[in-house]
Amino acid sequence: MMMLKKLFLIAVLSLMVQAGNAFAGSTGSEDLKDSNKPGTANECFEGVSRAVFKFNHALDTAIFEPVARGYRAIPLPIRKGTGNFVDNLRSLLTLSNNILQGDLGAAGNTAGRFAINTTVGILGVFDPAAAMGLEDPGKEDFGQTLGVWGTDSGCYFVLPILGPTTARDAVGLVGNAFLDPVYHITHNSEVKAGIGNSNYSEHNYYYYRGTGAVDFRAKNIESFDSLEENSIDLYASVKSLYLQNREKKISNSKSPIETQDDGDWEEIDN
Amino acid sequence: MKKNFFIIVIFIFLTSIITQKSNAYSSDPKQFITEIVNEAKKVLVDTNTKEFKTEKLSKLALETVDIKGVGYYSLGSYRKQLTKDQLKEYMTLFEKYFLKSFTSRLSDYSDPKIEVISAEVLNEKYTIVRSLLLATDKKPEVKIDWRIYTKNPDKPLIRDLIIEGLSLAKTQKEEFSSVIESNNGDFTKLFITLKEFINK
Repeated sequence: MMMLKKLFLIAVLSLMVQAGNAFAGSTGSEDLKDSNKPGTANECFEGVSRAVFKFNHALDTAIFEPVARGYRAIPLPIRKGTGNFVDNLRSLLTLSNNILQGDLGAAGNTAGRFAINTTVGILGVFDPAAAMGLEDPGKEDFGQTLGVWGTDSGCYFVLPILGPTTARDAVGLVGNAFLDPVYHITHNSEVKAGIGNSNYSEHNYYYYRGTGAVDFRAKNIESFDSLEENSIDLYASVKSLYLQNREKKISNSKSPIETQDDGDWEEIDN
Repeated sequence: MKKNFFIIVIFIFLTSIITQKSNAYSSDPKQFITEIVNEAKKVLVDTNTKEFKTEKLSKLALETVDIKGVGYYSLGSYRKQLTKDQLKEYMTLFEKYFLKSFTSRLSDYSDPKIEVISAEVLNEKYTIVRSLLLATDKKPEVKIDWRIYTKNPDKPLIRDLIIEGLSLAKTQKEEFSSVIESNNGDFTKLFITLKEFINK
């Protein structure tokens, strides 16, 4: 039943990817409307998205930010170890996507990092792999893989709690569940015919994902505050930053200019 | 006669000091950013008052940022729809908005540790200077790249800050555009929003 629901969701979201242009909202920037430009996307349903965004913002102010501030009170070595532990588990999803993207070099790097950090690094709490020259190449997810395969971002919307996304990235969220070994280990806790692991439960998965989210929020408290304080349209700012960030991640660009359009600057000289 | 000569000498001396002061930044983009970072660091030390920081950072921005260029860029193609007077009003508002936003963003940092790493010439108009805001107990390391406008090679100017690959100018442009589009293309709403921001 659960699987059927997921397939239905994927089908709906795939349609949204295809129909991104047709569902263009009535508002949004001229650039954001032109989904053919990299780092841009149409709105799926801006009114609803703005309402969900407000809800998420209120939720963040009431719960997530205070939790993140509390988390920050924990001594740095413990926070760093927690972040490393979560990142190490998360690298398994990255590995699946490295392979799907055909990036075998990155896959080798991710696998090597996981092996070293899980063993020498004591279950990923420490990061000796970096000291050995295996730098963290960054996270990958199925939304990025779809992007690498050439899928258009589709339209943009905001999900309750999970935040900004595009149709492609929402499909990616579902795909992540299929590709993430941690998801499977924690969701197959019922032992049937000797298969499954009763030591874990679904809760473990959500603790792991929740901890990752709190760690990220704690690292960005000031950035979020500054963005909020200095935006004249916070919704549009977050949308722009989200789309730019996804574009950058999909291109796996190390250069700051590869995802920037110099043509935008040329216009002011005319 | 002697008195006049003395006055002229003093005048030339003072003029040269003032001129030197306002053009004190290096024409080499990497060095230019290093000097700006060092100057900002001096201003941002905790012992300085907020008013002092705001005043000094505003002066720094006026001397080193192409505020007019960023203002035009932020307006995008709407610029061509504005009358001369509207454009003048917009630029006055934009400068105030920009300085308030710029000083507010920077004031969050006390004693920032920034390493200027390298510079890459894109073309005769632009050079990208790469730098790194070092990690603290609370914040992770952040890559900051500066888009430097070098059309006048003797006086480089900052046009954009690209933080971890995300352009602040582009974000601002899309924000402005969203405000205008949300009001059926009425850019006077943008003027009102900017005024609200300036006065808040």
